[in-house]
Amino acid sequence: MKYTYLDKSLNEINDKVVSGERLGFEDGIALYKSNDLIGVGYLADYVRRKLHGKKAFYVYNQHLNFTNICLNRCLFCAFSRDDGEKDAFALSIDDVRSRLMERINEPVRELHVVGGLNSSLSFDYYIELLNTIKEVRPDSTIKAFTAVEIDHIAKVGGLSIEETIAELKKAGLEMIPGGGAEVMSDRVRKKLFPRKIDSNRWLEIMEALHSAGLTSNATMLYGHIETLNERVDHLIKLRELQDKTGGFTAFIPLAFHSQNTRLSHLPSTTAFDDLKNIALARLMLDNFSHIKAYWVMIGERLAQVGLSFGADDLDGTIIEEKITHMAGAKSAKGLTRAQMEHLISSAGFTPVERDSFYGKIG
Amino acid sequence: MNNLDKIIEKAASNERINSSEALTLLNEAELLTLAELANKKRQHLNPEPVVTFVVDRNINYTNICISGCLFCAFYCPPGHADAYVISKKELKEKIEETLSLGGTQILIQGGLNPSLSLDYYIDLLKFIKDNFPVHIHGFSPPEIAFIAEKSSLSLKDTINKLIDAGLGSIPGGGAEILVDEIREKTSPNKCSVDQWLEVMKTAHNCGLRTTATMMFGHMEKPEHIIEHLMKIRNLQDNTGGFTAFIPWTFQPDNTRIKVEKATSVEYLRVLAVSRLFLDNIQNIQASWVTQGDKIAQVALVFGANDLGSTMIEENVVAAAGVKFRLPKEEMIRLIQDAGYAAAQRDCFYNIIVAVHGLKLEIGK
Repeated sequence: MKYTYLDKSLNEINDKVVSGERLGFEDGIALYKSNDLIGVGYLADYVRRKLHGKKAFYVYNQHLNFTNICLNRCLFCAFSRDDGEKDAFALSIDDVRSRLMERINEPVRELHVVGGLNSSLSFDYYIELLNTIKEVRPDSTIKAFTAVEIDHIAKVGGLSIEETIAELKKAGLEMIPGGGAEVMSDRVRKKLFPRKIDSNRWLEIMEALHSAGLTSNATMLYGHIETLNERVDHLIKLRELQDKTGGFTAFIPLAFHSQNTRLSHLPSTTAFDDLKNIALARLMLDNFSHIKAYWVMIGERLAQVGLSFGADDLDGTIIEEKITHMAGAKSAKGLTRAQMEHLISSAGFTPVERDSFYGKIG
Repeated sequence: MNNLDKIIEKAASNERINSSEALTLLNEAELLTLAELANKKRQHLNPEPVVTFVVDRNINYTNICISGCLFCAFYCPPGHADAYVISKKELKEKIEETLSLGGTQILIQGGLNPSLSLDYYIDLLKFIKDNFPVHIHGFSPPEIAFIAEKSSLSLKDTINKLIDAGLGSIPGGGAEILVDEIREKTSPNKCSVDQWLEVMKTAHNCGLRTTATMMFGHMEKPEHIIEHLMKIRNLQDNTGGFTAFIPWTFQPDNTRIKVEKATSVEYLRVLAVSRLFLDNIQNIQASWVTQGDKIAQVALVFGANDLGSTMIEENVVAAAGVKFRLPKEEMIRLIQDAGYAAAQRDCFYNIIVAVHGLKLEIGK
């Protein structure tokens, strides 16, 4: 690499990155603290190019949020409601079917299905939900239920995690989104999401899913009350599990949006922090294949720049994104395939439409 | 070493690059390479780790315009239901509010309104100067050329009369792309390249400082962008009167040019090449008005050392469907988060208020 680091502490990290040596906790902290944004970008871009060259992926997908009723009521969430509250909803299986039929003429490859922990939905509801999606969209991949929901579904069904996963898999579940990990810190959990499963349980469920042959994503929600140490710890925990199972496909840094949440006094994340989180993920998670620049959260503009800071995937076309928009996201609610390809190619990369497992479409 | 690497080396060693070298960089260099080169140039020209901004508002005294440029969503033809000329009462209120918010200047611009004479402009300037201690950054070259022609005066006499009435500096608008072949398509009734440059040259010779701008992402090609930069650099070699250069992207909504909007990566590339090529212009401004706060912050490592105005009011870009907001406090937060000290400046880039809580000493 030819870059002359303005931040000299990056020289040592550069040597490790070039020789393929794994970065440690202190390296992660140094990268987060560095103001040499271009330097951090260079390092991440080096790794990204070795793995993916000029390719940048996206998926033609549809989001389906089947309920916003949630027992957890995490402080950072603008989407959830109590049962009986105004705006609270739970889609019937017929509703789900008609949501899918509304877009049946589109080439949707992946359905991203997540919801709240709604105690009035039975175990059979989840099975029927998957069956229905599979029936209406036999050729699309169902990516559904975060680890937090899997834990809840197991409780509702009175089954072990392993049994639950086996049933869901039989009904059509193929992949699990990475949400619900937030920041794996007991301190943050106590303050922001005390009712949600803790990090050990989240990791346990991910491990069980991977053992059952399902792949999953992983995420980190940043930009609220977490410390840099907690962020780096989080990444290292994910890396350790990935060493063990190899079941994670992509990592997605999630920028916190405070509007309409009980943390609305917090400012938005900055572009420097957003790009650093992408770059850090690429550098620390040496055993993850893909890092996403999630345009819903950081905006199409910055996500495009993120392709040069370690990201190789812009996630999906989506249409109708709800969760982040209820928290004040200013991004579009969906992108067309042409817009997605234009973003990628005008940034100097080659667009690749993919399926859920990063197979090329067409 | 291939051609691109040679050019990168030349730019990195602070040598002046020529048009064809700039075009190669714009077309072929990696995004982060452009950032590295532009940031290095920024540090060479502005070594203090300070990012400046100005507190002001845009006042559009009239939206009546006979130019009818295809890229404009703001103007009204004479007689249109929405056509207006600002009243003194409204003008007074806007300036009072600006000053109460810590503002130091107003940017006053409008359309080419055939019913306004030189006396109108002189009266407007005098009214402001008689009532308020505020700097007037006003009237872009197409307006100045229009006023001069209407009054049958030379550019020099026109500008001197405006200076006497209180004009403090001229904004660099109306440049769009300084290539006549492009202007004939996008703005056939607007001043030509030579006229634009002549107004700026005359203003500089009369002792008035100005900025220069470029609006790209419509009908031009990369070579036209470089040609534009070359014309600005040549004039600056001659006069030294430009304080800053401000590139921004065309916003197509509600206009008669139907193109895909230039993306942020394209913006950052042009910004970086501008910083490299315009080695004789001290300041480069990021355009948060067209790019939003996130890309404006990233622009600070792509050569920009100034975030422009807090823009208490902005109408022209908003009319084309883009409305970002960036209050002063937020601007300061973004600057500090990027590792720079934030400072409020005047129109001539003198620091007037250094923001508290600076980690870095300002050496001014």
